[in-house]
Formats: sequence, structure tokens, C-alpha cells
Amino acid sequence: MNFAIVVHGGPYSSQACLSALKFAKAVLASGHSINRVFFYHDGVYTANNLIAPPQDEAPVSRQWQEFGAGNKIELIACIASCLRRGILDETEAGRYEKSGSNIAPGFTISGLGQLIDASINADRVVTFGV
Amino acid sequence: MSSMLFVFSRPPHGSINAQEGLDALLMGSAFTTCSVLFVGDGVLQLVAGQSTDALGTKNFSLSFGALKDYGVTRIACSMPDLLARGLNKSDFLIEVEPLDAAGMQALIRHHDKVLNF
Repeated sequence: MNFAIVVHGGPYSSQACLSALKFAKAVLASGHSINRVFFYHDGVYTANNLIAPPQDEAPVSRQWQEFGAGNKIELIACIASCLRRGILDETEAGRYEKSGSNIAPGFTISGLGQLIDASINADRVVTFGV
Repeated sequence: MSSMLFVFSRPPHGSINAQEGLDALLMGSAFTTCSVLFVGDGVLQLVAGQSTDALGTKNFSLSFGALKDYGVTRIACSMPDLLARGLNKSDFLIEVEPLDAAGMQALIRHHDKVLNF
């Protein structure tokens, strides 16, 4: 079965972000597939490369990066949510004349159409953090 | 093509969830058949005459008027949640179909995908 996973909760302020990661790993371990992970609302903070958590706390953003790269799964952060919250890639930083970009490796900023496309094409869509 | 149901359960103000949910619904309706169900405090999103002047936020509720133009198929709300808040459908800024529990179950079952906001 093919899953789309949607993350609404931010790392360190919501359990949703880690629960989604654990669920995603369980999906693959069970022999299913994931067509895309879409980060929306505060979930886009997961894509902030400037997060520097204490050493005794889970590096949530890096864990997602490793999961995405290791399993070749797209990690998409919603552009409208990102711009409101100061998550920028080089293109957007240039467009809005900001001093720098901070998108974490492995994450891509894209539009809400990616959420709809993933939902339409998956057998199941599972949302975390509502 | 999958049909999609958007379920809105958050109040309109106090967080940006309702506004970003509406953005997702409008995007969804450009791709496929979409309906929307307002439950819980989500029914407050529909109340007419909202003003956000004192809040300093955007009054996104005006965008609900565009749902029909975007081709959103069914616009429904929870009848019990409506009554529990002392509201009736004449309080709403758009035409909405109140559903009982069985009606909401049928609506959810009728759609391939459900997105919660």
C-alpha cells in the first residue's frame, strides 16, 4: 500500500513530528511505500537547518533528512507556510531580499499542489498534528 | 481521480490553522472533486460578520464566499456542533448543509481521502 504522510506539528513543540517519523519508518518496515512527506503549518520548522537542539534531545530535523535520503523519499515543505515562518531556500531568499537561506539538506520547498497530488495518488493519507 | 473531503475542526482565530486549511481546500478543488465538513469549533469559521480588526490578522473568512466558484461540491457542517454553540444556518455567511451523525458518516465514507485541519 502506498502512503502519503502529512506533518502539521513542529519539532520540539509537538509530538506529531516524531510520531510521523516513527510511523513512516514502520510503513516501510511493513513492506509498504511512501510517495511523499508533506510538511505544512508549523511542520515546516522541521526543514529549518538552523535548529540546534541540546545534545541529549533527538535531532528531529536530521533524523528526517537521514530517513528521506536513505529511502529516497521526497520531503516537501509548503512554500506559503515556509515564507510565513522564515524557512527559505536560495531562490526565495533572493526573491525577498533576505540575508540568507536556511532550508535543511534533503528538504524541498514547493506548493500546496504537492499535498493534493500526494493525497490523490496515495492509497492512504495520514496526517499528524491536527 | 480520488475525491477529497476536508474536515475543519479549529476555530477561525487564535491560530493560523483554519486559514491554512482553507488554502489547502482551494488548492485541492483546482485538482479534483472536493467537499468540506465543519465540525466542533470549526463551525465558528462560517459565522457571518466576523471582523479581525481588533486582532490585527487577516479576515480570511471572506474567502469562503469563493467555495462555490472553485467548484467545492458539498459544504456541510455538524448539526449537533452547530446547536451546541447556539447557532443555526442563518448565522452563516454561505449556504451550508447541516448533517446529523449518520449524515457525516455517510459523507466521510463517500470520499476517497480525508484531510484534517
